[in-house]
Amino acid sequence: MNIWVIMIIGGLLTFATRLSFIFLLDRINVPDWFRRGLRFVPVAVLSAIILPELTSPNNTLFLSWRNPQLLAGMVAILVAWRTKNVLLTILAGMAALVVIQLLFGHFGV
Amino acid sequence: MIMKNRKQEFWSGVRDEAPILLGVVPFGLLFGALAISAHLSSLAAQAMSSIIFAGSAQFIAAQLVGTGTSGLVILLVVFVVNLRHALYSASVAPHVRHLGTGWKLLLSYLLTDEAYAVTITHYNREGDLPDRHWYFLGAGLTLWSAWQASTAVGIFIFIGAQIPANWPLSFVLPLTFIALVVPALKDRAGVAAALVAGLVGLLAFNFPYKTGLLLAALIGIITGLVIEGRPK
Repeated sequence: MNIWVIMIIGGLLTFATRLSFIFLLDRINVPDWFRRGLRFVPVAVLSAIILPELTSPNNTLFLSWRNPQLLAGMVAILVAWRTKNVLLTILAGMAALVVIQLLFGHFGV
Repeated sequence: MIMKNRKQEFWSGVRDEAPILLGVVPFGLLFGALAISAHLSSLAAQAMSSIIFAGSAQFIAAQLVGTGTSGLVILLVVFVVNLRHALYSASVAPHVRHLGTGWKLLLSYLLTDEAYAVTITHYNREGDLPDRHWYFLGAGLTLWSAWQASTAVGIFIFIGAQIPANWPLSFVLPLTFIALVVPALKDRAGVAAALVAGLVGLLAFNFPYKTGLLLAALIGIITGLVIEGRPK
């Protein structure tokens, strides 16, 4: 299959997936549990992205207090909880990561 | 007054999306470089960023093209990797249902992980307003522009170069998501949904093509529904 054909069909598939419920929700009757479930979508999806990123940097599970990403992630969770501020959370998490990597001698490796 | 609201919404979207770009731009650069090393032409590499416009799917597709995988398999993989966007679509649908078809098409095209995360947080915190979709547009266009530009730079400057996997800037993405999720955890059901989704995501991390992520999200959502349905 030609690369352009793959891209155009792939793009249409992606677009259709993104449009799916935005288009359909007006036109079909969805059950009540479905509507109630929607509020859990952001916390569930984003948590399922966050946790593996913290525990498995470089794609291997590293559940240990020597895991800089995990420690820095905990700092970020604390800062996010106390301040509710996105920029502060990012800065605190990055600062924690750099400091912890320096302390562990991981930096630049 | 109306114009002012729209402008304000648009620019808040731009502003709130901006920090995430720190984490997105390195991936755009990397994608540009990777696509070239998989023998895509510069034009095809750039076109993929605007036609498919989905980071993970593009990475996988470019690599599979490079290894000569059959087109049908690549399309199936792209579809599966992007299935989580159906969840995003369902999640924003109630907030954009008052809009015309043109807006719905445009916002659907811009519905990436990063734009979704920022936009749904804004809807949930500030409530619905008739002009709220301008925020969505601001956030979505900001990410779109950064993705196109970083792909282009990656194609022309990073050809053959490698970005180390543990480059610390990639850590910005989970940090941003933490900043959006943690304040949104307001009740037992939400906390349970997040914890279970995170845990399943961790266990199913090695499932191919982000199916683990999809599974984790669905189990998390069901957990939230079950806990919410139980009398306290």
